[in-house]
Amino acid sequence: MERLSKAQILIFLVSVGFIFLSPYIFEDYGMRILNNICIFIILAASYNLINGVTGQFSLEPNGFVAIGAYITALALLDEDMKFELFQLEDPAPWVLALHLDLIPALLLSGFVATIVAVFLAAPVFRVRGDYLAIVTLGFGFIIKVIAINSPEITNGSIGLNEIPSVINIYWTGGIAILTVIFMLNIIYSKYGRAMKAVRDDEDAASAIGINTFKIKTYAFGTSAFFEGVGGGLLAILLTTISPDLFTFFLTFQLLIIIVLGGLGSMTGTIIGTVIVIGGSEWLRFLDAPLNIFGYETDAHPGLRMVVFSAILILVMLFAREGIMGKKELTDIFKRKAK
Amino acid sequence: MDFITFFQQLINGISLGSMYALIAIGYTMVYGVLRLINFAHADIMMVGAFAAFFAMDSIGFSLAFAVLFAIIISVLTGIATDRIAYKPLRQAPRISLLITAIGVSFFLENIVNVTFGGTPKSFQAPDFFEQIIKIGGTTLTPTVIIVPLITMLLLAVLLYILFKTKYGIAIRALAFDIKTVSLMGVDSNKIIMIVFIIGSALAAVSGIFWAISYPILTPYMGVMIGLKAFAAAVLGGIGSVSGAVLGGFILGFTEVVFVAILPEYGGYKDAIAFIFLILVLLFKPTGIMGINFEKSRF
Repeated sequence: MERLSKAQILIFLVSVGFIFLSPYIFEDYGMRILNNICIFIILAASYNLINGVTGQFSLEPNGFVAIGAYITALALLDEDMKFELFQLEDPAPWVLALHLDLIPALLLSGFVATIVAVFLAAPVFRVRGDYLAIVTLGFGFIIKVIAINSPEITNGSIGLNEIPSVINIYWTGGIAILTVIFMLNIIYSKYGRAMKAVRDDEDAASAIGINTFKIKTYAFGTSAFFEGVGGGLLAILLTTISPDLFTFFLTFQLLIIIVLGGLGSMTGTIIGTVIVIGGSEWLRFLDAPLNIFGYETDAHPGLRMVVFSAILILVMLFAREGIMGKKELTDIFKRKAK
Repeated sequence: MDFITFFQQLINGISLGSMYALIAIGYTMVYGVLRLINFAHADIMMVGAFAAFFAMDSIGFSLAFAVLFAIIISVLTGIATDRIAYKPLRQAPRISLLITAIGVSFFLENIVNVTFGGTPKSFQAPDFFEQIIKIGGTTLTPTVIIVPLITMLLLAVLLYILFKTKYGIAIRALAFDIKTVSLMGVDSNKIIMIVFIIGSALAAVSGIFWAISYPILTPYMGVMIGLKAFAAAVLGGIGSVSGAVLGGFILGFTEVVFVAILPEYGGYKDAIAFIFLILVLLFKPTGIMGINFEKSRF
């Protein structure tokens, strides 16, 4: 790896310091949003690897997040709790036996998601472009259908609750920073360059000897690992999960984040996450009764989502490259230094 | 399964398949011309269903006028999405167009959600549709007979437009090579608008069929139906209208038969479309009657 620039070290130290001090700065509500932002940085950064860096327009992260969330939840719930929770059918024997600490549970979540991704790669990457989008969308959907129809593992549509909340900002923030560093290392490695080559021109990449299928599978598997870990963290943060959480809407949120930030840019992903997750909290006022020039309107639950989708359309129409384009923050520093 | 049960399931399957087919046609025609998976298409179907509901429930129209009203609203929505969201991106990379389409889809769902409120709406079809017809040993509803008949009629009209009229020739030419045909003096934006008009009108009809057959309307009803209808279009071979119809029928029939044969796995019926789709793409990447587009890429 190249030597770290001063800017990179500075950014790293500032983010670590911010995470460390945050509990002293924010109230409970602020900490919850910050936790949420950190988890979504993990999810969006890994989604960006396959979508932005490798250019494979896949729409299934909700499936991998669901896998991770369920595995972590099941690993952290104890046996008595599982018997109490499972109402539709008794839990499967292996579900009862599954009991892990936090770190092994998160790692297992990631590994299972990766294994699923590697198995999916063969059929998924036979097709390109639009077909890839629809096939991966189908997979995300199938995983949700399985979650609803396997009550002995997932407790069906009721879902799991009372997941012990064993994380704090040091976990989510720490894993988010590790994820970003890991992703940046991949992007600037030999594999990352190959991924970008696949994005820019798949046929040309193949012609200069890059095994495009292998590269896509690497990207897909790596992305799935962190989606799984992020899903596990999300389950712990929410303490309640059900199949409804892992619909296409989750993918859509991640898509807005990476498109708004700039497909392929890690800095953009982080900025996008802060804007989208922070903004969606801020926009909550839209769902309550509004006061427009002294005229009181009724409460319109869902107005927030109208504004959100309108923003996505506007970004695509007028700022197609997103906030950062494909650039990183450090690139901007470099240019100024010249 | 005895013959009578089989016959009954066959008719139910054809009826369900017709509804998929009507939506699949819209997907396949837009994909043929713009190479765009119009994610918002199924939501136009949903808009049609809600427009019909609004016309009957709030304005007090009869079903016939409600159908007309729904078609007009859907067509206007279809034209508006093309003009506002897709037209400015004609020269943009295809991924931009696809993301915009997803945005439009969410926009339509949520605007209907805000306008009509979150509670599901129950669609009151005229009593005529409630009766039960017994033929031999089978019990049928008027819907399962009327839906395929109207679908066939609309399909005949569509094929006439596509193969016998000036606009039909233009649509097929655009699907073949949009750049060259535009250079030859065809107003491609006008023809694309016609494609959206046809697709939206058919989607509206399908939306009313869904409303009569499954009378619970929600703003998100289009999501699953749309995914399945698109899967049907790809299954049949995207870009081909008869392929879309064939794919729709295959999907509708398989779903009905699957639930009839394996009722204990009924919850998985929504996944069949995709399993089918993936299998077909593995062996025949262009679908059953597919047109061989150049390898798709953004």
